Amino acid sequence: DQVLKIVPKTLQQVQHLQHLCNTLPLDLWKPLLPEDIWTGEDLHVRVPAPLVQEVKDSLDEHLISYDILKQDVQALVDQSTPRLGGSPRQGPAGYNYTRYHPMEEIYQWMTQVKDSNSELVTQHDLGKTSENRTIYYLQISQPSNKNKKIIWMDCGIHAREWISPAFCQWFVKEILQNYKSDPKISRFLQNLDLYILPVLNVDGYIYSWEKERLWRKNRSPHMNGTCYGTDLNRNFNSSWGSIGVSYNCTSDIFCGSGPESEPETKAVARFIERKKEDIVCYLTIHSYGQYILTPYGSTTRPPSNNEELMQVAEKAAAALKGKYGTSYQVGSTSSILYNNSGSSRDWAHMIGIPFSYTFELRDKGTYGFVLPEEQIEPTCEETM
Amino acid sequence: RSGSRMEAPQGRAAALATACLSYSRGGPGRALALRAVTAASAQDIDNVGRKYHLKLVLEDILDKDNIVNCTAEVLYHLGNTNAAPDVHFEIEGELKSTDEQDNTFYNRIRSLKEELVAQDIPDSHGNVPPEMEPIRALAQAAAGYVVWQNSTEDTQYHLAQIKHVRQVKRSDDYLEFDYMVLLHEFVSQEIIPWQMTVLWHPQHGVKVTQNSRQ
Repeated sequence: DQVLKIVPKTLQQVQHLQHLCNTLPLDLWKPLLPEDIWTGEDLHVRVPAPLVQEVKDSLDEHLISYDILKQDVQALVDQSTPRLGGSPRQGPAGYNYTRYHPMEEIYQWMTQVKDSNSELVTQHDLGKTSENRTIYYLQISQPSNKNKKIIWMDCGIHAREWISPAFCQWFVKEILQNYKSDPKISRFLQNLDLYILPVLNVDGYIYSWEKERLWRKNRSPHMNGTCYGTDLNRNFNSSWGSIGVSYNCTSDIFCGSGPESEPETKAVARFIERKKEDIVCYLTIHSYGQYILTPYGSTTRPPSNNEELMQVAEKAAAALKGKYGTSYQVGSTSSILYNNSGSSRDWAHMIGIPFSYTFELRDKGTYGFVLPEEQIEPTCEETM
Repeated sequence: RSGSRMEAPQGRAAALATACLSYSRGGPGRALALRAVTAASAQDIDNVGRKYHLKLVLEDILDKDNIVNCTAEVLYHLGNTNAAPDVHFEIEGELKSTDEQDNTFYNRIRSLKEELVAQDIPDSHGNVPPEMEPIRALAQAAAGYVVWQNSTEDTQYHLAQIKHVRQVKRSDDYLEFDYMVLLHEFVSQEIIPWQMTVLWHPQHGVKVTQNSRQ
């Protein structure tokens, strides 16, 4: 099916269009009724696939020009509504990547993704959360006898930043849908393995769905259960506890009782430590603010490879902007945001991972953490 | 190029200027947000404080193509943390009139049989029902005042969510709303509940008559 846009210029054209609408099973979107078709006013009409050629021929014959607004309505419908059955190469049948999903559904999604893409995807247990839930990551790895370098990306370290896990899921879907047809992605996977952690702070994420939408930290108990949560992004062993933190559990930037005091932090740190020789790029996804942040937050001293880090980040920001015009600022956390210590990104760079970045996705404060679902797709498309 | 290498303090000053612009020009028909900072510089003034000179591009949340350029000056006073920063701004050109939307909203609320009550705007998924857009825009404008009065060089506030809003019927021409909002402070990452009593009239604009941190 196609949706055509027509602006009738003469009364004859209006009459012909009304005739088409009245005699053929066309779906008039705008205006609602054929009698409301006017010269100079936009007309949008969905034409069923079998009639597309006939309608276009008729328009040509009457010298009525048209634009094609939507090339393939079925594709759009499929994208936005659940569908029974689905091709195994893609994500699980009916999974809606343009909606936010609770943790149970994300767990199921991971299983389904690994099952329907078993030649490429494996699912692994990283460790347990404070409330004893399992933290899983997906490994996307093309079988080969090459020893490949690794790109690591984690999402959802802060519970309320829902667009972040949404992006990780989107990313996985894009890779799996396109790795055979897209030469860039195909080349990527020949040389690199992708490790994706869709939700790091599982307990916090669940809490933000069930109890408090704007919760940030994990759910570890302190002070005999009178206070909860450590800011996982202040809990890593990178100048831990030195600046931009609070030692008070009631604070949203409470750094915990010590570096890596939290099971979630330990799980990630242990794994990355083990694999650090092979990891070339560490990405951690947050919201909001529209920034690509480089090390460090704990000091204004630039990292050793600052020039290269900035160059790559500037290129990324430019590419991102090219999609929908969204502006991302690039720079170190300490210079363009604030000082903080114990961040995962700083730690990754300090242990030797050369390309470490924090992405702060849309927006700039209009919706902030409660980014509307209709922005999931454009946010993910541009960030992709 | 100038936008991408801005420093943190300029960013905070820009957010503050936007809040003031929002309070001054915002209302149920218009919610202004910062789209980009095109120029920013800071100047230390002996015994007075630090002054930021900014060039901003703002957009109307309710009408994204509607953008406006402004220049702003933000002065944070030395020492005295009780004084709100001084903000002056100039808007290039005219803002699109919102008379029609304002009057529609005004008449709609005045003719309600029961006082308007609502919560969680936007909801957890970012949705705002169309009839609540003016309520949200009004909160955005009013929050601009609260942000302005409470900002320092080390803070940056955004309106995160309206937790609760309740209309208060009045005998005069004004509309009155009692809001409980959540403000997000960037540096501490705290979510701060704040109560605001907001008055609005199509000809007289927005006024915050009472506000308190909860």
